[in-house]
Amino acid sequence: MGNDMEISDKLMGLDAAVKRFIKDGSQIALGGFTVVRNPMAVAYEIIRQGIKDLHIVCHSHGQALDVLIGAGCVKRLEIAYGGNGRYAPTCIRFKKAIQQGDIEFEDYSNYQMSLRFLAGALNIPFIPTKSGLGSDLLTHEGFSEEIRKQRKVARKKLSVMQNPFSEEEDNVVLLPALNPDVALIHAQYVGEDGTVRIKGLTFADIEQAKSADVVIVTCEEIVPRSFIRLDPDQNSLPPFFVDAIVKVPYGAHPTGCYGFYDYDPKHLNMYRTVANDDEKFRKYLDEWVYDIKTPEEYLNKVGAEMLMKIKANPVLGYAVGLDRR
Amino acid sequence: MNLNYSDNEMMAISAGRFIKNGDIVFAGTGVSMLAATAAKRIYAPKAVIFFETGGIDPSLDEIPMAVSDLRVMSGTCLNSGLIEAFSIVGHRKLHTIAFLGAAQIDKYGNLNTTSIGDYHRPRTRFSGSGGACDVASFASGVITFMQHEKRRFVEKLDYLTSVGWYKGGDSRRKLGLVRGGALAVVTNLGVMRFDDVTREMYLDEYYPGVSIEKIIENTGFEIDVSRARQASPPTEDELMILRNEVDPQRLICKA
Repeated sequence: MGNDMEISDKLMGLDAAVKRFIKDGSQIALGGFTVVRNPMAVAYEIIRQGIKDLHIVCHSHGQALDVLIGAGCVKRLEIAYGGNGRYAPTCIRFKKAIQQGDIEFEDYSNYQMSLRFLAGALNIPFIPTKSGLGSDLLTHEGFSEEIRKQRKVARKKLSVMQNPFSEEEDNVVLLPALNPDVALIHAQYVGEDGTVRIKGLTFADIEQAKSADVVIVTCEEIVPRSFIRLDPDQNSLPPFFVDAIVKVPYGAHPTGCYGFYDYDPKHLNMYRTVANDDEKFRKYLDEWVYDIKTPEEYLNKVGAEMLMKIKANPVLGYAVGLDRR
Repeated sequence: MNLNYSDNEMMAISAGRFIKNGDIVFAGTGVSMLAATAAKRIYAPKAVIFFETGGIDPSLDEIPMAVSDLRVMSGTCLNSGLIEAFSIVGHRKLHTIAFLGAAQIDKYGNLNTTSIGDYHRPRTRFSGSGGACDVASFASGVITFMQHEKRRFVEKLDYLTSVGWYKGGDSRRKLGLVRGGALAVVTNLGVMRFDDVTREMYLDEYYPGVSIEKIIENTGFEIDVSRARQASPPTEDELMILRNEVDPQRLICKA
């Protein structure tokens, strides 16, 4: 690896990637799912740069979403689920923000949000589904008419129509497409050619990336072209979808990354406690985000002992016998 | 072996008993994960467990703590994504049973996992639908885990996140949902099912040591108890497999 890498114009630091592509008010799609492959390193950098009024679009999200909300970076949210598995069945700063009326929110389901990204990726304006018929997802609008007029916000939450191909009564739900400004993806590998490989479950990351105007990929490793092209069936995104590539080992911590490290139960338990207390949460942000100058400093804080404990078995993909209480 | 059992153990076993070989079981977190794994290890080795995140038939040597847990991606036949996962839940050739949990349930098995109080400014906000609304729309049947309390078994939901039998009778079909509906509700007190015609909830089984009166007292709507019978307690075999194979770290069994 060296000077002849094809991605030299896309390779950059966290600092540069966030400065260049994320602005106040940007619409951001978060990759990963609850406690796995959250784009934490980018989320922390967004907080450090003081970016405000983000419009987050996601399906089931956890740690990155909660930290961004808690740090006051989020104004608007379209979401299916805010939770951290057993560590916080409902994300705590998310819960507080909604209960206190601090953020604008709109509820969808996981499948609905995934389909909205797919529609965006396919460049079609809407997509039908049967999911949600009879539910309050169809009857309760979170966004006001004022919000509905704004940039990148659909004019309606959704619409129910009669199946035009059937003579019998048959309802379908139409969902508006999403084309976020930026998709944030944390992947295990990016090839020297820019090809992205996500190991384990991809969730809706691929649809999210293809629906977005800009894609920032953080990764555990940059690998040789010969490696990524040896088994292309394993790859997730071709190079031309990716705008910025940042190598950040442990860039999803404290969430997990299949084959590399497990979620960090100690950190997630500690987070649940501090997130419940505004003062403690402010200190947490200082300690884990604002005062951190380099990725190495962050890893020193996590500590060698925990990094060894969460280290994944490369065959099984997770840390066997990890104390997850 | 200690034959005293926890609520979570009884609930996991009660729900697991519903699963048959060939079923495709959609599992969520917590007790639902325990029940799905117990079902496969004890009653239906040919059932397939899968997760909305896209992990199909994982080995589950350790119990996952979230549906995105790395353990749902390990030893699978296939790792896919959310869209593929929901295409399985609703697939016309598959018999899919989904395990869900909820904050509130009504007599038709409709569920609330969104909020309590005013939707825009709720008294309590929960996680939201996640995949619950989707599987409630698509699965062949839904089994819901609940803590049996009056404030959770309510006449009217604060928010209807996931549709069960909707307003009873054939109202679910009329919505345009082609199959499925609420199959059972498994609580810390007993097992409820739904009448074939009215689709109203009735008490099917009460656990040993639980009185029918206690269930009536803890249900916020009138519930038919005329068909109730006592559930059989977990057998030594069931408990042994649950504790030693399904959840050896006792992450969920204990609670």
